[in-house]
Amino acid sequence: MTPPVAVKQTAEVPSVPRWKQMLDSRFAPPVLITLILLAGNLSFGILESYQKTLLAIVTSIATEMVLGRIFLHKWPHPASAYITGISVGILLRSPAFWPYALCAALSITSKYVLRYRGRHIWNPSNFGICAMLVVASASVAGLSIQWGNNFAAVIVIWVLGSLILWRAKRFHITAVYVVSFFLLGFLRARIIGDPWQSEISPMTGPMYQLFIFFMITDPKTTVRTRTGQCVVAFAIAFVEFLMRLDQSVYAPLYALFWVGPTALFVEMWIDSRRTRAGGALNPQPARP
Amino acid sequence: MKRIPVARIILTLLFVGMLATPVILRRLSLRRGQPDAGHTDCQSALARYGFCFEEVSKQAEVNFVHEAPQLDPKLDPIMPEIASMGASVSIVDYNRDGWPDIYVTNSRTGSMNHLYRNNHDGTFTDVAPELGIADVNKPGTGVSMGVVWGDYDNDGYEDLFLIKWGKPELFHNDHGQGFTNVTAQAGLPSWINANTATWLDYDGDGKLDLFVGGYYPEDVDLWHLKNTRMMPESFEYAKNGGRKYLFHNLGNGHFEEVSAKVGIDSRRWALACAAADLRGTGYPDLFVANDYGVSELYLNDHGHFHEAGEQTGVGFAPKSGMNAAFGDIFNQGKYAIYVSNISEEGVLIQGNNLWVPQEGSGLHYQNMARDLGVELGGWSFGAQFGDLNNDGTLDLFLENGYISASKTRSYWYDFSKVAGGNSSIISDAAHWPAFDGRSLSGYQQKKVWINDGSGKFEDVAQATGVTDRYDGRAVALADLWNTGALDAVVANQAGPLLIYRNTVAPGNDWIEFDLEGTRSNSSAIGAQVMLVWNGEEQIQSVSGGNGFASENDRRLHFGLGKNPHIEKAVIHWPSGAVQTLENLTPNRLYQVKEPA
Repeated sequence: MTPPVAVKQTAEVPSVPRWKQMLDSRFAPPVLITLILLAGNLSFGILESYQKTLLAIVTSIATEMVLGRIFLHKWPHPASAYITGISVGILLRSPAFWPYALCAALSITSKYVLRYRGRHIWNPSNFGICAMLVVASASVAGLSIQWGNNFAAVIVIWVLGSLILWRAKRFHITAVYVVSFFLLGFLRARIIGDPWQSEISPMTGPMYQLFIFFMITDPKTTVRTRTGQCVVAFAIAFVEFLMRLDQSVYAPLYALFWVGPTALFVEMWIDSRRTRAGGALNPQPARP
Repeated sequence: MKRIPVARIILTLLFVGMLATPVILRRLSLRRGQPDAGHTDCQSALARYGFCFEEVSKQAEVNFVHEAPQLDPKLDPIMPEIASMGASVSIVDYNRDGWPDIYVTNSRTGSMNHLYRNNHDGTFTDVAPELGIADVNKPGTGVSMGVVWGDYDNDGYEDLFLIKWGKPELFHNDHGQGFTNVTAQAGLPSWINANTATWLDYDGDGKLDLFVGGYYPEDVDLWHLKNTRMMPESFEYAKNGGRKYLFHNLGNGHFEEVSAKVGIDSRRWALACAAADLRGTGYPDLFVANDYGVSELYLNDHGHFHEAGEQTGVGFAPKSGMNAAFGDIFNQGKYAIYVSNISEEGVLIQGNNLWVPQEGSGLHYQNMARDLGVELGGWSFGAQFGDLNNDGTLDLFLENGYISASKTRSYWYDFSKVAGGNSSIISDAAHWPAFDGRSLSGYQQKKVWINDGSGKFEDVAQATGVTDRYDGRAVALADLWNTGALDAVVANQAGPLLIYRNTVAPGNDWIEFDLEGTRSNSSAIGAQVMLVWNGEEQIQSVSGGNGFASENDRRLHFGLGKNPHIEKAVIHWPSGAVQTLENLTPNRLYQVKEPA
C-alpha cells in the first residue's frame, strides 16, 4: 500500500513548514498503521510472530531501495514500502516465513513491472496478497479472523484513520465505500435470506480497517478526480457485492484487484482522448 | 540508455519466476509427499513402511454408529456446527483380564454408550447395559462427550468418569462385575459443558485427582437456551467459555474442587488436555489446548500451578486447539506436544503445532510442525503418538474432517464472513447463516505420519489402509489383541466406530510395560518409563486421558527396531520411587508392580 497522501492539484508553493508537510504526508500513515499493528499485537497477539512481520517489512523496503535505485536512479522514501511490508505482515497468514518475504517482494516488484504509461496500476500489497492467495493457497490465507472483543480498539483506529484521511482529502473515498458496503450488505441479506448481521460482520473485522484506510485510498492507484474516486469506491463495493453473492472469501481484495486497474485504464483512456482532441484546458501534473 | 530496458526484462523474468515458484514447489511437494496415494495393498505397505492397517470393525462384531446431539431448536440453523462433537473412544481393561476393552460414547439424548469387552478371539461384545454404564444420556442429564478411566480409590479396578455437556458422572468399577454411580457422594457439580478431562495425581499423595476443562459456560443448558448468545465472543481471543475444575481426591470417595486454590483460573474454551512431568520435577504439568484461543501450560510447582503458556512459547499465537498429545519423537527423553488446529487451503491456514522442547535453561518450545511435515492435517481433531511399525520411533495418527454433508456446497464462505466480525455479532448463534446442508471441511483424508527418525514425518495413511473419509474425532491406540502391534480405534462424529488392526512386518521387535502403582496411584497414571536400547532412549508416560476425547491403553508400547539390545528400563513412579529393570528381552509384555 502507499500512504494516502493528498495529490497536489496545482504547483503552488506550500504555505506550511516543510517539516509539518512531511509529517502529514509521509509519516502519519506509517505511524497509524504501526499503531494498529502494535495495539493489535500487544492487546491480542494478532501476529504469528514479530519476526514474520519484520521479514515482510525488511524485504519490502530492501526491494524498494534496490529497484528504486536501478530504475528511478534515486533512493526512494521508505514510507510506502514500510506500509506495504507491514500490511503484508498483518494481512497475510501463514505458519511459514517464506510467504511473507515472497509476498513483500512481489508487491514491491509489481510497482516496477506492471506499469502503463509510467504508472503502476495495482495497489502493491493488494496485488501481492491476491497473487499469493492464488499461487500459494496451500500455504497462505488472508486475515479473516477477528482481533478483539469490543469496539473500543476499532473506534480508536477509525477515528485516527478518518482524521488522517480527512487531512489528506481522501476521506470521501472511505466514506463512499463504507456506506455502499452497508447498503449492499442489507440488500444481500434480503436476497440470500441470511441475517443482516452476518452480512455487515466483515466490516467490523480488522481486515477492513486496513482495506478502507490504506488500500482503496492509495493515491498512486486511484483516479484523480473526486467524483471519479467516489465512483470507483462504489464500484469496488459493488463488485465485492457480486463476488460475495458468489461466496468469494476474499471478495474485497479481489474486487479492488479488478476495479482499481480498470479505473486507471479508463482514466488514462479519457485523458488520451482529451489530449488528442486538444481539449486539455487544465493539464495535470505528471505523477511520480 | 540500454541499461534500463535490459534491467526491466530481467526484472520481469524475476517477477514471473516469483509468481511461479510457489506453484512449482507445491507440485514437487505433492509428487514427493504422496507417492502411493490410493494404493492400499497391504503387502506393498508392509514392504515399504513396515506395517499396514485393515479396518475390521465388522469382523470384530462392533457395529457402533455414533449419534450426534440434538439440541435446542433455536440452534437448528447451525446445528451441524454446534452438535459437531461427542464421538469419543477410550481403552480400558475394565475386568483386568489382560486384554484391552473399548468404551465409546454416544451423544443423542436417550442413546446408549457401549463398552466392548474383548473376547480374546478378535471379537468384542457390548457389556455396557449389563454393567450399568450404557444408559447415561437420559433426558435432562445432558449427553456424553468423552470418558477417562482412572482408579480413584486404588482398589485395582479402573473407574469411569463421564465427560458430558450436562451432568458429569463418576462410576465406580465394582471389581469388573458392574459399575455404581457415585456422582452424588463424590461431590461433583450438577452441570458442566465439558469436552475434556484427565486423571492426574497433581499433589503426589498417591490418589488420583481429576481435571475437567469446560467448553460452553456451565450455566448454559444447550437443550433449553435462555437465548442464543452462547457462542464464543471471538474466534481467537475468547474467554467466555466454561470454567476449569480440579477435583482433589480426598480419599474417601469425595472430591474437593481446588482449581482457584492451586492457580488454575481460565474461561477459555478447552477442548483437549493432557498431563505429564515435563520438567522432571516429579509432579505432572498440565497442558490445555483451547479452541478459539491460545493453549495453556500449567506448570506444577509441587502441587501449585502457574500458567506459563506464553513464557514457554506454546501460548502466544491463538488458534483452534483440539488435541493434546505427548511424544518423545526424537528419542531424547523429552516430550514434544502435538496440538491440532484448522487448515483449509485458501481460506484458513492455522497449521497444527508440534511443540518441541529446546535446549537451554528453562522450558521453552518451538513449533516444528512445518519442518517435520506434520503441519497440515485439514480440520484436525484427535491425534496420538505411537510406534506403528515398531521401528523405534514414534509415529503420529491424526483424525480430521469437521462436517461432511453436501459434496458440492461449502459453508466456508459464511464461516469466514462471520468469524471475522465483532463479538456482538459472532457470539449470537442467531446471527449465523444457516448451514443448509453444506459441508465444512468434510470428507478429509486422514493422516498417518511415520517418523523416519531423522526429523521427517511422511504421510502414509492411504498407502497403509487408512482410507476412510468420516468426520474423525477421537483416536486411541492399543495393542488390542496382544500381538505386539499398536492398533487404532477411531470414533467418528455421526459415523461408525472403526477398528484398524495393525500388521507389522516381521523383524522389528517391541516391548510393553503394564504398570501398577502401590505407593503411587494404582493406575500408575503419571509413571514414566525411560527405555534405553541400542544407544537410543525413549520416554513414555502413563496417561489418564489425552488426545481429543480419548484415552490410550494403559500399557506402554515401545518399538525397538531390528536386533535390539535392551540396556534397561528406568521407571519413575509418581511417588518419587525410581525402579530400574535390566535383562529385559524383546517381544514381551512386562507387568511391573511398584516396589512397596
